[in-house]
Amino acid sequence: MDSGNTAWLLISTALVLFMVPGLALFYGGMVRSKNVLNMLLMNMVCLGIVPILWVLFAYSLALAGDGNGGLIGTLDAAGLKDLDSQGLLEMAFLMTFASITPALISGAVADRLKFSAWMVFVPLWLVLVYCPVAFWIYGADGWLGERGSLDFAGGTVIHINAGVAALAVALVLGRRKGWPDEPMLPHNLPLVTIGAGILWFGWFGFNAGSALAADGVAVEALVNTFVAASAAMMAWLFAERIKDGHFTTLGAGSGVVAGLVAITPAAGYVSGLSSLVFGAAAGVLCFLAVGLKYRWRYDDSLDVVGVHMVGGIVGGTLLGLFADQALVGDDYGLALGGGSSLFGEQLLSMAVVLVYSFAVTYAIAKVIDGIMGLRAGDDIETTGLDSTQHAETAYQTF
Amino acid sequence: MKLVTAIIKPSQLEAVKEALKAAGVAGMTISEVQGFGRQGGHTEVYRGAEYQVDFVPKVKLEAVVGATDADRVLDVIVDAARTGKIGDGKVWITDLGGIVRIRTGERDDDAL
Repeated sequence: MDSGNTAWLLISTALVLFMVPGLALFYGGMVRSKNVLNMLLMNMVCLGIVPILWVLFAYSLALAGDGNGGLIGTLDAAGLKDLDSQGLLEMAFLMTFASITPALISGAVADRLKFSAWMVFVPLWLVLVYCPVAFWIYGADGWLGERGSLDFAGGTVIHINAGVAALAVALVLGRRKGWPDEPMLPHNLPLVTIGAGILWFGWFGFNAGSALAADGVAVEALVNTFVAASAAMMAWLFAERIKDGHFTTLGAGSGVVAGLVAITPAAGYVSGLSSLVFGAAAGVLCFLAVGLKYRWRYDDSLDVVGVHMVGGIVGGTLLGLFADQALVGDDYGLALGGGSSLFGEQLLSMAVVLVYSFAVTYAIAKVIDGIMGLRAGDDIETTGLDSTQHAETAYQTF
Repeated sequence: MKLVTAIIKPSQLEAVKEALKAAGVAGMTISEVQGFGRQGGHTEVYRGAEYQVDFVPKVKLEAVVGATDADRVLDVIVDAARTGKIGDGKVWITDLGGIVRIRTGERDDDAL
């Protein structure tokens, strides 16, 4: 790789890493003040657990080699074996993606998960769910990628995957004590807003870095990422103004993230003004989707399902409609005259990941629950996780 | 010796403080409190769900004054705190059994 490409990928790695504390603030502001440290730590600890497993063997399982029928990687690159500097850099770049993906799930289990259960869940989920799903789409002979499914920066592999996993864990875990009758309001919306801003900033590395070069595709991806987030924020704000009467900071932050999620699978594959469609659709549909938890009574506490799963599905579907021939080749978007092949593959890959991730995550959660228990317990839930799980308090009176 | 306690709008604190200083009140203590009276609370919206917030932020101001000054101090507070809109608050006077200035050990009126 030339020095320009190397420099951009080094910077992008740092940008995506910065999304983890950004996500921690985004979620941390949304929980009640007695649980904010627990939420921050659930996110930050992913930057501890995942990189260790990644360099030991998870990177190799997720992305190296071929010959296992396209289902999982080999152990050829376990322990960073035989990686040159370019291989090491790509490994590090993808390590940040692997770190933030389980962190996304933490928003659905807020306020009630035992911290030790999270420490067991993250490594199991990484190996049993993230690694195979990543290989299916990005691996050398990954079966979904081979069939023609596209996912530029991880709409399916990361957002749909984490979003549906969040639903599975939330269902096994059960609702928070008192939800939804008692108000459980965000304790610090300024933190949420800062977090959303950091995510937006880092997402330029996430999407434009996924071009793996400092080239025209990276520029296209950056512009699409920028515009989709703007469109989604405005769409969410106006949708809630019309339906509920107010423009809210929580809505603006959620809209930004919804737009970023939706453009992720398509960032380097669509052009022109398509990104406006991705953003507008994600803003409205994710806004409507976050209300479903009240109707169906699942406690997806911080709307991981409504934003990441639904936003990922919106983006993956629209990619099948709007993929640009100049960027993806002959099987391009259905709406642009490219036939139904890509559209069908998009639906198939999303359905496969939805089913696999939900089923395996549900099983992981059930096993952990059976062996050590998932819930912190009623008393702890009332007192708060910060003081009981971590012996710390975020905001001291004196 | 009397304790004058006032619950006022946070926005009026500066005006009340200046008026009390001008009136010769030597010291006061304030705290951030929440409560409701006839004003009631207000509504906040999160993810489209409306929540009634009953407790409104107010400032509680306390000043210890001589028995003969209490009514005058009360009037000063009322004048400075009044906006004429609902939620202006209340002021009341309480009799005190004794006061000590901790540093010197002075008692009662000498401690004011």
